[in-house]
Amino acid sequence: MRFSGFRVLKEGFGGNRGWKLQWRKPDPKPAYDMLIIGGGGHGLATAYYLAKNHGMTNVAVLEKGYLGSGNIGRNTTIVRANYFLPGNSEFYSHSLKLWEGLEEELNYNVMHSQRGLINLFHSDGQRDAFARRGNAMLAQGDDAILLDREGVRAILPYLDFEQARFPIYGGLYHKRGGTARHDAVAWGYARGADLRGVDLIENCEVTGMSVESGRVSGVSTTRGEISARKVGIVTAGRTSQVAAMAGLRLPIESHILQAFVTEGLKPCIDHVVSFGMGHFYISQSDKGGLVFGGDLDFYPSYASRGNLPGVEQVMEAGMTLMPMIGRAKILRSWGGIMDMTPDGSPIIDRTPIDGLYLDAGWCYGGFKAVPASGWCMAHLMATDQPHPVARRFRLDRFATGRLLDEEGTGSQHNLH
Amino acid sequence: MRLPCPCCGWRDLREFTCIGAADYLERPTADAPPEAWDAYLHVRDNPAGPARELWYHDPCGTWLVVERDTVMHAVTGSRAVEDAQ
Amino acid sequence: MKRRASGGSAIERARGVPFRFDGREMRGCRGDTLASALLANGVRPVGRSFKYHRPRGVLTAGSEEPNALVELKRDGAYQPNIRATLQELHPGLEARAQNCWPSVRRDVLAVNDLLAPFLSAGFYYKTFMWPRAFWEGLYEPLIRRAAGLGRLPRAYDASLHERAFAFCDLLVIGSGPTGLMAALTAGRAGADVVLVEEDRQMGGLPLSQGGQIDGRGADGWVQRVLRELQGLPNVRLMPRTSVFGVYDGGVFGALERVGQHLAEPGLVPRECYWRITAKRAILASGALERPIAHPGNDRPGVMLLSAVASYWQRWAVDPGRVVVFGNNDHALTTAQALAAEGMQIAAYIDSREDVAGEAPFPLRAGAEVVGTRGRQGLREVTIRARGRESRIACDTLGLSGGWNPTLALTCHQGARPVWDEAIAAFVPRPGMLPGLEAAGAARGCFSTAACLADGVEAARAALAELGLTAPDIALPEADDSPYTLRPLWQVKAPGRAWLDFANDVTTKDVKLAAQEGFASVEHMKRYTTQGMAPDQGKSSNMGALAVLADATGGSIPGTGTTTFRPPFVPVSIGALGAGARGKGFRPERRTTSDTQVRALGAPMIEAGLWYRPSYFPKPGDPDWRTACNREVGYVRKAVGVCDVSTLGKIAVQGPDAGRFLDFVYTGTMSRLAVGRVRYGLMLREDGHVMDDGTCARLGEQDYLVTTTTAAAGEVMRHLEFVQQAFCRGWQLRLCSVTEQWAQMAIAGPLAGELLAHVLGEVPDLPFMGYQPVQVGPVAARLFRISFSGERGYELAVPARYGADLFRQLVALAEGLGGGAYGMEALNVLRIEKGFLTHAEIDGFVTAFDLGLQGMMSRKKDFIGKAASGRPGLTGAERLQLVGLRPQDPTAELTAGAHLYPREAPAKATHGQGHVKSVCYSPTLGTWLGLALVTNGRARHGEMLRLDDGLRGNRCEVTLCDPVFFDPEGGRMRD
Repeated sequence: MRFSGFRVLKEGFGGNRGWKLQWRKPDPKPAYDMLIIGGGGHGLATAYYLAKNHGMTNVAVLEKGYLGSGNIGRNTTIVRANYFLPGNSEFYSHSLKLWEGLEEELNYNVMHSQRGLINLFHSDGQRDAFARRGNAMLAQGDDAILLDREGVRAILPYLDFEQARFPIYGGLYHKRGGTARHDAVAWGYARGADLRGVDLIENCEVTGMSVESGRVSGVSTTRGEISARKVGIVTAGRTSQVAAMAGLRLPIESHILQAFVTEGLKPCIDHVVSFGMGHFYISQSDKGGLVFGGDLDFYPSYASRGNLPGVEQVMEAGMTLMPMIGRAKILRSWGGIMDMTPDGSPIIDRTPIDGLYLDAGWCYGGFKAVPASGWCMAHLMATDQPHPVARRFRLDRFATGRLLDEEGTGSQHNLH
Repeated sequence: MRLPCPCCGWRDLREFTCIGAADYLERPTADAPPEAWDAYLHVRDNPAGPARELWYHDPCGTWLVVERDTVMHAVTGSRAVEDAQ
Repeated sequence: MKRRASGGSAIERARGVPFRFDGREMRGCRGDTLASALLANGVRPVGRSFKYHRPRGVLTAGSEEPNALVELKRDGAYQPNIRATLQELHPGLEARAQNCWPSVRRDVLAVNDLLAPFLSAGFYYKTFMWPRAFWEGLYEPLIRRAAGLGRLPRAYDASLHERAFAFCDLLVIGSGPTGLMAALTAGRAGADVVLVEEDRQMGGLPLSQGGQIDGRGADGWVQRVLRELQGLPNVRLMPRTSVFGVYDGGVFGALERVGQHLAEPGLVPRECYWRITAKRAILASGALERPIAHPGNDRPGVMLLSAVASYWQRWAVDPGRVVVFGNNDHALTTAQALAAEGMQIAAYIDSREDVAGEAPFPLRAGAEVVGTRGRQGLREVTIRARGRESRIACDTLGLSGGWNPTLALTCHQGARPVWDEAIAAFVPRPGMLPGLEAAGAARGCFSTAACLADGVEAARAALAELGLTAPDIALPEADDSPYTLRPLWQVKAPGRAWLDFANDVTTKDVKLAAQEGFASVEHMKRYTTQGMAPDQGKSSNMGALAVLADATGGSIPGTGTTTFRPPFVPVSIGALGAGARGKGFRPERRTTSDTQVRALGAPMIEAGLWYRPSYFPKPGDPDWRTACNREVGYVRKAVGVCDVSTLGKIAVQGPDAGRFLDFVYTGTMSRLAVGRVRYGLMLREDGHVMDDGTCARLGEQDYLVTTTTAAAGEVMRHLEFVQQAFCRGWQLRLCSVTEQWAQMAIAGPLAGELLAHVLGEVPDLPFMGYQPVQVGPVAARLFRISFSGERGYELAVPARYGADLFRQLVALAEGLGGGAYGMEALNVLRIEKGFLTHAEIDGFVTAFDLGLQGMMSRKKDFIGKAASGRPGLTGAERLQLVGLRPQDPTAELTAGAHLYPREAPAKATHGQGHVKSVCYSPTLGTWLGLALVTNGRARHGEMLRLDDGLRGNRCEVTLCDPVFFDPEGGRMRD
């Protein structure tokens, strides 16, 4: 069933009784060509592009809960391509280009909104670092504008330009940056993959992995044994546990990141704004809630909730930057579990086990990567070759020292 | 969350800094092979459940090995790094 | 029409309170909430719903209110989304309805309601996709404008907020019969008790429902208990306080509305955010009545029965003619009690067939409300009984679909509640959250007698765990009648029946979600937005869940709940971030010379938490560079003075101090002679440079390590770690002495001469030497080190003498043709010499990249040695430090620019590196830069194009050695 305004009208006149299941609810078959473990954004996108780009449709996505129950449904929805290290730069650039046609591609309104992202800086040194970043974005073919203080004031007049502890020197304006409706991204990819024949199997937790003489042959699940030639682990947040089923230990530590939404408000913040002197980034959802987040809680955790010091630090940053939000009230807070890697960049690679592939380590930048991650993971699983824009996301780069450490904070997992 | 510091007693989370798994205590020898260093610096069990972690109590400068559950966040033990093992 | 009845325990009628709503002058009474005052003034629609913009009236009398959210004027601006049910009236209060234009009675967007068939759940995922550019340009702005509730003013929020901390043995949340008995039991046992209550008045449900406790009026019993509690020094009563979250280790977040109800709060904060640490906690938060999803149930005048009772009992609001629609015994007894007190009950409707009782009003068993009428407020309800419909005129419809224990807090750590068939509600499991137990109605004990007993029991259990002895306490007598109900989630009849009043979710939306496969409760929530409004579905989630279970053929417990997350009630960001506005965000660190440098007119810049002077302007300077060049000239030609106290200083002392430093530095410090200083490099264990600085040996077992300003904390923590983790048993101690010493750099050819004035003679100190000196009577430290490339000293005195020393040094320097210099000049001086700062040490560079591989000892192990040998961290693929000179000396270099081969396009694939730091060198008459360039050290002499597309700057540069000035270093040594 194709979605359109016309269809909405037609079904509306018919009492909305004609809408069908957005994806089937199949039982698992005993065997597939490929299995994707994890029905989140990355897993669903991988399945979609396996079918779409590579004609692989004898594929199942195994999800332990409901589709989109992990970080795809629990983030601050920011989409951007503002990296500077070769390796990251071309990947996120590719991802943003995929975002830019995603509604038509999926026939699903994921509400990708290129409202512009402004990274503020608060010292000469930060300005120089952002200039380096902005020039890298231009060199990658993406957009960037360096704003001075008055340039920022013209766009974001509600910031505290007079009394803030760290004065605003300017900002790096990425006009193509923005947000998207996170759940819809999962649902859109799910519907697209399902239409192309992929089996999306919910409430199906993988409990074991069959590895024989260095080759994966299938998985055990709460809904039975399923065999497959190739298996992709796309379970950010629980990567270490799933990989351990195949005997792998990974360069990942799981941490908690909190985010917040306020009660609904009429439009007041029209961009994505990011503070430079403390982790704080904010945008306003189309429903009207201010959606914002900060830094990790910093201790390893698998609980999708955080603690008050993390809350306070985010609110404090908000108050010094844009005191108007003092009047807004937090409606809900939540936590996501982050695969933190030792350099803050992800892994899309084969593993030492034949037929077992890994898409993991998204730290807290996974949402914007969903399209390209699916695209590149599908390429890797279908061809056994890394996609050119993801070739540096190697599992062995920590051993070799060919790191992608944008923040320059080193090998401690929680510092990225 | 509150953590017990051997010097200061139970204190609030905001006074502490965590650097992750206690693996950082098992420093390889200088002549250990590169694989050992890779494992030491990067690779983690990353347990969902009981874990041993390194925390720093900023006000008193004590490094701690904290035993904590990463799912329930219950703190079950803490010793100064100097007294651990 | 609505007006006041007699009575009203919460109000003082004699004291009228004038206020304005939507521009209309009204009067309420002292003790009113805004909601009760509006009802008493006959105001029916108080707001408009989120999607269909339907008129909405007050539904509840508590914080769970979904409808009566208003904008409230406070400190000069309107604050959105204020619950009229919690906001106390004060003279001069001004409020207005929100999400409506031009007024709450005539709202243009009410047209949405006509389009409802096309605005079903999730319709926006299926349209607005074409043409692509219309999303940002048209569709999204329209949607955004229609969505949202209140307006957030962009004006500075100057309201006062406070943050506070409390610690107790036992936290009791809720002050109804359960909470009061728990607090009394624990209070008498001597425990430190904090009793919090969201309402202005303690007492809970008895305040609204009357009845008898201990043989007297319930209200009298409440007052007696409160008096005793107030007399106990170990009990703290906190009314107007909502516990909004449960965090790990017995930490609770709470919000106290301290001055939110005051017309002129003065210095009283509006709100106070509390972090309460409790050894044990009892959740006595009661239960919330739930509505029934019947067609037309969203009209103003439809209220929860408990709210009708509450407004009557506490605020004497006369609801006019009331129809009660319920499915449980409590609804009937409430109607009977209200009728006995004089309320006009037009009819009692119960969906159960087997209901009977004495009542002065028509009692209709086996009946349901299937429709309502009334444009701006309820006028009539339609009843269906045994297939026949009839109409009853009324002003108010009181709904009672049963009660849900208020258990959200027990679920804040991820545990799920269990289903209790008897009350058709979820209840907490004992032990589901360590240290917190629910008691009374919060765990499904619904009679007053059961609550009283459960409060005592919960307190006894907590006291036992605290090691305290519970006193014998007599249980007061109270009503113990059973509560039975037959679940009624939705009335199956034509027309829209609302579940979530705030977000406009109807039973049809939930059914549509199930039809499209969004059958998991989380999917349903996300697809329909059920429960995502400001009330977080407190009154609607249960009903929606039941409707979903019905639509999917599942059971309610099998369908499960959505996740309960903090905050339980919305909390203002101003409260949670109290104190951080403006300069309060971070501490401000000031050097001892701060007052003087500001008096000299220096603009101050932030360096970490410190403030440092940027430059020292003089009258007639056309720009800052003039000042900067002058200050560079002081140092190159005469003498300059700069306060460098912000650099980190760490004392390392003990027999093993040298051995320790050998382990943390790349070089060897143990063989440093006493009285000597060495430049040192510290790596992170991953092989990248952490920091650089000097290390001085002050005595045989006494070293002083300096760090950069920004890295001082990180280095201290690192050294503590290395010592405690890897150097067990070594004899040494570390201590940060940054704050204890004020340290002044004195640099320039005349530095020695200047010092002679201070010390009495030119110190005989070689380059990289240290000696203790006397500055007058003050014992001081003198280091001969240079960050400028000139003859340089740093003189350190105990911090209390810093201001005097700085003043004296600057005066002397000025006498010698020099003066104070700031950070701009310091930066020029160090770039001319190729000295490093964290602009270059950006966390990604190695000693190899910086050309400092020679400082890495081959003979010993040190932190970072092994990892720095990884293949990716050395060799031609690395970006290496080089100097840059423009072909045209006047061509400005810009930091952050990238470098490309001269003819290559500015594409990522051609990138050769980027510029880290730049300056105009007055000494050399040219721009200079430090850059990181691929294989840069092997490419000195090569010409590249500097390309800063961001700022439109391009020029040709030549790569060279990063030391531009006096490469032999004679000027600082001699």
